[in-house]
Amino acid sequence: MWDHLSLLLVVTPLIAAPLAAILPFGRVPWALAFLVALACAVMAGMQLWTILTGGPIQYELGGWAPPWGIVYRIDEVNALVAMIVSGIAAVALPYALLSAENEIEKHQIPLFYSAVLLCLAGLLGITQTGDIFNLFVFLEISSLSSYALISLGNRRQALTAAYQYLIMGTLGATFFLIGVGLIYSQTGTLNMADLAARLPEATGLKTVHTGFAFIMIGFALKLALFPLHLWLPNAYTYAPSVVTVFLAATATKVALYVILRVLFTVFPDGFVTNTPAGDLFLMAGILAVLSGSFRAIYQSNVKKLLAHSSVAQIGYMAIGLSFASVAGVTASIIHMFNHALMKGALFMAVGAIVYRVGACRMEHLHGLGRQMPWTFGAIIVAGFSLIGVPGTAGFVSKWYLVLAALEQQQWIVVAVILFGSLLAVIYVGKIIEALYFKQATNPELAVEEAPFLLLAPTWILVFANIYFGFDTDLTVGVAERAAQALGVAAK
Amino acid sequence: MSELPPFVLFFVAAGLVLATGGVVRKVILLATPVAAAVHIWLNIEMGTLAPFAFLNVELSLLRLDKLSLPFAYLFCLASVIATIFALRVDDTKQEVAGLIYAGSALGAVLAGDLISLFVFWELMAISSVVFIWARGTDRAIDAGLRYLIIQILSGVFLLAGALVHYQATGSLAFEQIGLGTTAGRLIFIAFGIKCAFPFLHTWLTDGYPEATATGTVYLSAFTTKVAVYALARSYAGEGILVYIGITMACFPIFYAVIENDLRKVLAYSLINQVGFMVTGIGIGTALALNGAVAHAFSDVIFKGLLFMAMGSVLFRVGHVNGSNLGGLYKTMPKTTLFCIVGAMSISAFPLFSGFVSKSMVMTALIKEGYSYGWLFMLFASAGVFHHAGIKIPYFAFFAHDSGLRPKEAPVNMLVAMGMAAAICIFIGSQPQYLYALLPMEVDYWPYDTTHVLAQLQLLFFSALAFVWLNKKGLYPPELRSVNLDAEWFYRKVLPASALRGLSVLSNMKEASMLTAMAPIERIRRSISQSSTAQYSLAESWSTGSMVLWIAIILAAYLLLNIVVYGLS
Repeated sequence: MWDHLSLLLVVTPLIAAPLAAILPFGRVPWALAFLVALACAVMAGMQLWTILTGGPIQYELGGWAPPWGIVYRIDEVNALVAMIVSGIAAVALPYALLSAENEIEKHQIPLFYSAVLLCLAGLLGITQTGDIFNLFVFLEISSLSSYALISLGNRRQALTAAYQYLIMGTLGATFFLIGVGLIYSQTGTLNMADLAARLPEATGLKTVHTGFAFIMIGFALKLALFPLHLWLPNAYTYAPSVVTVFLAATATKVALYVILRVLFTVFPDGFVTNTPAGDLFLMAGILAVLSGSFRAIYQSNVKKLLAHSSVAQIGYMAIGLSFASVAGVTASIIHMFNHALMKGALFMAVGAIVYRVGACRMEHLHGLGRQMPWTFGAIIVAGFSLIGVPGTAGFVSKWYLVLAALEQQQWIVVAVILFGSLLAVIYVGKIIEALYFKQATNPELAVEEAPFLLLAPTWILVFANIYFGFDTDLTVGVAERAAQALGVAAK
Repeated sequence: MSELPPFVLFFVAAGLVLATGGVVRKVILLATPVAAAVHIWLNIEMGTLAPFAFLNVELSLLRLDKLSLPFAYLFCLASVIATIFALRVDDTKQEVAGLIYAGSALGAVLAGDLISLFVFWELMAISSVVFIWARGTDRAIDAGLRYLIIQILSGVFLLAGALVHYQATGSLAFEQIGLGTTAGRLIFIAFGIKCAFPFLHTWLTDGYPEATATGTVYLSAFTTKVAVYALARSYAGEGILVYIGITMACFPIFYAVIENDLRKVLAYSLINQVGFMVTGIGIGTALALNGAVAHAFSDVIFKGLLFMAMGSVLFRVGHVNGSNLGGLYKTMPKTTLFCIVGAMSISAFPLFSGFVSKSMVMTALIKEGYSYGWLFMLFASAGVFHHAGIKIPYFAFFAHDSGLRPKEAPVNMLVAMGMAAAICIFIGSQPQYLYALLPMEVDYWPYDTTHVLAQLQLLFFSALAFVWLNKKGLYPPELRSVNLDAEWFYRKVLPASALRGLSVLSNMKEASMLTAMAPIERIRRSISQSSTAQYSLAESWSTGSMVLWIAIILAAYLLLNIVVYGLS
C-alpha cells in the first residue's frame, strides 16, 4: 500500500470526482470531497516525510520501466508542491461548504465538488509525474476544470472571465505541447530524466531553443507572469470565493514548479544564463512587481486588488529564479510556499466578507472591521505577511530574496523588492483604512461576524503565516534541499 | 527571569488591556511602565547581552549598557506620565497603541542588532499612527497616512542598509557604523527620517499637530528620541551631524514664530531641541554625548509638559489657535503655572532642566572650536525662548482676553503635568542625579558664574526684544495662515512636475502610436468588417491584447536568442 502512495495521491481524487457528480443529495458530495482532500493531505505529508528521510522515490506505472513507461519521480520539490496543493485543498474544503452554498446554485453543487476534485487531481498529477507528455495531460485536466469552476461565479462577468482564461489557458497548453513536440523531434524521448541526459548534446539546435521558448511562454501564461497576466485579475475577481482561494494558492504555484523543473532539471546547467531566458524572467519579474503593486493601489474591488497583488508576488518568484543560483531558487520556492499561505488567508477573509455583505467593493467594507473583528484580524495579520513585516512568513521570503539579489550584486533588484514592500503597505493600508477607519455607509445595517466554519480555516492559515515567520526550519530547510534537488548549479 | 526583555511586559499588558475593562484596565496601564522600570533596575545587569539565533544570524533583544540605560528609564518615566495624562480617555485602540508604542521604543533602544531594531522601528511607526488617526477628522486621516508612509519608508531604508551591511561585513550588530560605506549611508537616511533632519522633517510638523490631545504627548516622547539614541550608538562623532544639528536648531525658529496652531509651534520647537542633541552627537566628545543624552532626557519631560498644557487647552476649548485664545489664566491657573514651568525649562532658565543639559552641548561646541556654530546655537536658544518660552504661554493664557472661560483641566491631567513640572525643577536644581545616569564619566557642573550670567543676559535681552516688538506692534501677529514648508515641495511641486512629465510623455506616446498604428488600424478595420468578426465577444479588447503580448514575447525571445546571444 505505501509503495503506491505517490500514485494514490493522484488517483484518489480522480476516482472521487465522477462519484461526487452522481451523488445527488445535500452535503454528501462535499463530505466526499473533504475526505478525499484530507486523505491527499495526509498522503502528501507522508510522501514528503519519506523523501526528507529516505531520498527520492521512483514509481513506475504498471511496472513498465522508463523511458518506455510513465514514471513518477518524486524528490523534495515535487513533494513540497504536492504538500502545498493538498494542504490548501484540505483547508479550503471546510471553508467551501457554506461559501459555495451561498454563491453557487444548488443544483450545480455536486458538479462543483466534482470539478474541484478534478482540478486537485490535475494539479497533483502535474507535480507527481516524471513524464513531460503526461504532465500535459494533467495540465489539461486541471485547466478545464478550473475554467468550469471560475464560470460558476454568480456575476455575469464570471462567464467572460472564464472564457478569457479558457482562451489564454488553451494557448498556453498548446504552446507547451508545441514545445514538447519540437524537443521530442530532436531527442526522441518524453521522460524528464531521459531528456536531461540527452539534451546537453542537442543544445546547439535551433529546434531545441524554439521548443524551450514555446514551453516557457506556455507556462509563463499559466503562471500569469507579467505581461501575460491579463487573464488573472478578472478570473480571480469573478470566480466564487472558495475557487479564488484554491486557485490563487495552488494553480500558479504548480505553474512555477513546472518552470523550475524544466528550466533547471530538464535543460542542462547554464541554459538559463546562456540564453535570454534569465534576463527576460528578471525583467518580467521587476515589471510585474512594479506594475502589479501600482495597479493594486488603484483598485476599488478588494478581490481585484488582491489579484493584482498576486501578479506582483509572482514577479518576486520570477526574480528569484532568474538568478539561477541556489539562493535565488531557494527564495523563489520559499515565497511560493509563503504566498500560498498569505493569499489563501486573505482571499478567505474577503470571502467571509462576501458571505456576509454580498460584495467586496471598497465602499461595502466601510466600518466592517468593528462588526467582524475576527475577519478583520485575519486581514491585518495576513496583510502584514504580504507586506513582509518581521514575525510573519512574508518577511522570511523577502529576506532570502534580498540576500539572493545582493549575492548577485543586483542593486536595482534590491531597491525594487523593497519599493514593492512599500507599495504593499499602501494597498494593504487601503483595505485596513476602509474596514476600520471609515465610517459605515449604512450604520443601521448590523453585520454579524462570519460563521465559525469560514473563520476556522482562515485562522489556520493566519497562524501558519505567523508560525512560518518564526520556525523557518521547514520552509527554508526544505526549499534549500529542493533547490539542490532541482539541479541548480551551486555557486 | 533576568533576561526577559522589558518590552515583553508592555506587549503582554496590551493583550491584557484588550481582555479587561474599567478600573482593572487602568491599573494595568499604569503598572506596566513602573513594573518595566523596576524590572530593569532589579533584574537586569549592566552589560547583559542575550543573543539567540534566527534565520542563521545572531540576534539580540536585550543589550543594557550605559548608553541604553538612561533611555530605558526615560521611556518608562515618559510612559507613566503620558498614561496618567490620558487616563480619562476611554479608547481601547489608543490605550493598546500607547502600550505597544512605548514597548517598541523600549525594545528599540535595548536592541542589540539591526534586525531587532528594524522590527521595533516599524512597530513604532504602525502603533504611533493610531494616535493621529484616532482624531477621526479627514485632515487627521490624510496626515496620518502621509506620516505612516514616511515612517515605513524610513524602516525600508533601515532594512536595506542592514542587509547591505550584513552582506558586506557578515555582522548585524547594532554598533558604531559610520558614514564610510553604502550600508552606513542607507541606515543614516533611515535614522535621519525618524530624527526629522531638515527636509525629512515634514512628517513631524504635519502629523503631530493632527493627533489627539493626549496622543501628541506620547508621540513627542518616543520617536525622535529613539532616533537620537540610534544616532548616538552608530554615528557618534560624524562631523556632518554638527551642521545638520545646527540647521535643525535654527530653521524651525522662523516657522515657529509665525505659526498660529500652538501645537504646531511645539512641533517645530521639538525639531529645534533635537537639533541640539544631534549637534552633541556630531561633536562626539564625552561631554557632548553626555549633553545629547541629558538633553534628550530633559526634553522628553519639558516638551511633554508643554504638549500636555496645550493638550489640556485643546481638551477644554477644542482648538489651539493662538489668534483665538488668550486670557485663559483666569480659569485655568494651574495649567498656566505648569505651562510656565515647561516654558522656562525649554528656554533653559537656570534652575530648570533645560539649562543643565543644553549648557553641556554649548560648552562642548566652544571647547571643540566651533565658534560660529556656537553663535548659531545662541541664536537658536534665543529663538526657543521667543516661540516656546514666551509665545506659547503668552498667547494661550494671557494676551488679549478672548472671553473664553473654560474649566480647569481634569485632575489626572493636572497630576501628570505636576509630575513633569516637578521633575523639570528637580533636574534643574539637583543635576547630579541626572549626570550620574549619563553614559560617560564627566566632571561637569553647569552652575558657574559665566554660564548663569550669560544665559540670564540672553534671556533678558530676548524678553526685552519680545516686549518691545509687541508694544510697537511689530511682532508677527497671530493669523490664520498657511506656512509653506519643505512639505510644499513634496505635496505640490513634485506631483505637479510629475504630472507635467507624464503628460509630455503621454503626448509623445500618442503621437508615435498614431503614426505607428495607422496601418495596423487600417488592417484591423478591414478585418472587423468581415463577417467572422460580428460576434460580440470578438470585440473584447483585452483577450486580443493578451494574445498580442504572447506573440510579441515569443518573437522577442527568439530574436534575442539569435541576435544578442548569437545562437544559430
